[in-house]
Amino acid sequence: MQTPVTANTAVSVPRRQKPLWRRFLAQWQVQLMIFPALIFIFIFNYIPMYGVLMAFQDYSLFKGFFGSTWAGFKHFEMFFNSPDFFRVIRNTIVISLLKLVINFPAPILLALMLNEVRNLAFKKIIQTISYLPHFLSWVIVSGFTISILSVDNGSLNISLQALGLIDKPINFLSLPEYFWGIIVTTNLWKEIGFATIVYLAAIAGVNPSLYEAASIDGASKFKQIFLITLPSITPVIIIFLILNIGSLLNAGFDDLLLLGRSAMLRDVAEVIDTYAYRIGIINNRFSYAAAVGLFKAVISVGLLTMANFLARRAGTSLW
Amino acid sequence: MKLSSGDKTLQTFIYFFLVLLGLATLYPFWNSAVISFNLGLDTAKGGITFWPRAFTLDNYKIVFQNDRIIDAFAISLLRTAAGTVISIFFTAIFAYGLSVKGVIGKKFYMIFAIITMYFSGGLIPFYLLNRELGLMDTFWVMVIPTAVSVWNMIIFRTFFMGLPDGLEESAKIDGASTFGIFFKIVFPLSGPVLATLSLFTAVYHWNDWFTATIFINDAKLYPIQTLLQQIMNSNTMSEQLSIASQGSGAATDALSRMQSVTSKSLTMATMMVATIPIVLVYPFVQRFFVKGVLIGSLKE
Repeated sequence: MQTPVTANTAVSVPRRQKPLWRRFLAQWQVQLMIFPALIFIFIFNYIPMYGVLMAFQDYSLFKGFFGSTWAGFKHFEMFFNSPDFFRVIRNTIVISLLKLVINFPAPILLALMLNEVRNLAFKKIIQTISYLPHFLSWVIVSGFTISILSVDNGSLNISLQALGLIDKPINFLSLPEYFWGIIVTTNLWKEIGFATIVYLAAIAGVNPSLYEAASIDGASKFKQIFLITLPSITPVIIIFLILNIGSLLNAGFDDLLLLGRSAMLRDVAEVIDTYAYRIGIINNRFSYAAAVGLFKAVISVGLLTMANFLARRAGTSLW
Repeated sequence: MKLSSGDKTLQTFIYFFLVLLGLATLYPFWNSAVISFNLGLDTAKGGITFWPRAFTLDNYKIVFQNDRIIDAFAISLLRTAAGTVISIFFTAIFAYGLSVKGVIGKKFYMIFAIITMYFSGGLIPFYLLNRELGLMDTFWVMVIPTAVSVWNMIIFRTFFMGLPDGLEESAKIDGASTFGIFFKIVFPLSGPVLATLSLFTAVYHWNDWFTATIFINDAKLYPIQTLLQQIMNSNTMSEQLSIASQGSGAATDALSRMQSVTSKSLTMATMMVATIPIVLVYPFVQRFFVKGVLIGSLKE
């Protein structure tokens, strides 16, 4: 394919471009629209990235970042050898996996059910109700949880007692064995509805003739769900699953902080993020907490890169 | 189309399940509202579930006469307004700049922005940075650090790039400047995406309690969510204390229980006040939220 190329260059006489800085000045208005945001990003995202080097220092508030002495990997070693390490990693992974195993498939099931509803007004009402908790703050949601699970006349204790299942009210919120269940259920309550939106959109894109053909062949609705709807939305499910795995170390923050703050629950409630917060900002051990945060960030970047790579191979990516 | 008996069973099960889910979603709201309308001392006797037993507006009267709560409500409104306007403005002009053809350095700017979605310094350096910048104990710490959202920028940019090129070119021929094109042509055309992203940003600002928890010590600057969280925290502590003190004398126990339950009614009333703005606007803006999620996931 040599000839067309040479022919083209012969026709189009290369125009001399103005120098870069002249062109840059000529488009100063566009550049001016971009720059404020770049400065914001530089200050609030890049400086903290650089600041994370304090994990290798003995940072002191009085000496500041440039005055503090370097400490090498001391804080990392301290974290790896501390008794907190195992507990915090275990909680992060367990809570994250529980959320993945239960709260990831639940909205898919709900979307499949909503899709079978023929009464559109009813469907609309259920959707409106189930999306609502997504927009409430975790403070409110934790308030609901605390109120309902309260040992002091909480609705759950009242109901269980009325049904004769328990004799004495249970203090659900301060017993470690209930904590993971409470976190998973609360998250489910908050997000199950809203998470159906994407799946419902995917289901809406399924070719209707597939269902017609299936019902002519005598396939029951139940069969159609599993043989048509579910396989049709599998690509979407896979993408979301991959992205979820990419954020495996994000076990949650607000929910764990608000419902698991009591010291009695620390053994089951504290994850990497809430641990870094407690050690760093409440106890002022900045360098140690920054090391904990950096440890998590490094693994997270690895997971996210891997997830994005997988998603790209599966046909789409995060950007 | 006639349904087979198996399909009918399935339908019945689905309707039953969905009704149950709807009730389970609404119950916490309902129960909290009921407690907030019930006399605190009566609530302490227990058994309040679906209906107030001793109806009263006293809890709300106390809440609305409490200066701290009123101030916190005002701070929340202010921060939501300021935070949304500032964030949407800077993010939108940023996105537009990056959507214009032939911008020098565009690729670099994009990478510069997108890297922040992968890497972050984490909470501690971010916290110390804001301290160094003197943002501690200021209203602006709730507004400035989150002013640019890369995620929203990408959504805005995708939308701007989808606008027909002809619009901008004809405006350019008419001699319009880049600013002119953006504010007079592109901005007015961005209604849906603008509404969607503004709503998400506003909800974030209304609901965020953590920023003020770590950056603000001055209780006068607390937004409603942070104040509410502190009230709830002290309630839980007093409740746990009263449980722990059981057996240390029936009288003191009954007293502390009574206090904790009375404050429970007040907490519920405050919670309702903090929730109402969301519940009120929600039905009107629901379609925007749905649209927003779908725009976002198209990007994914």
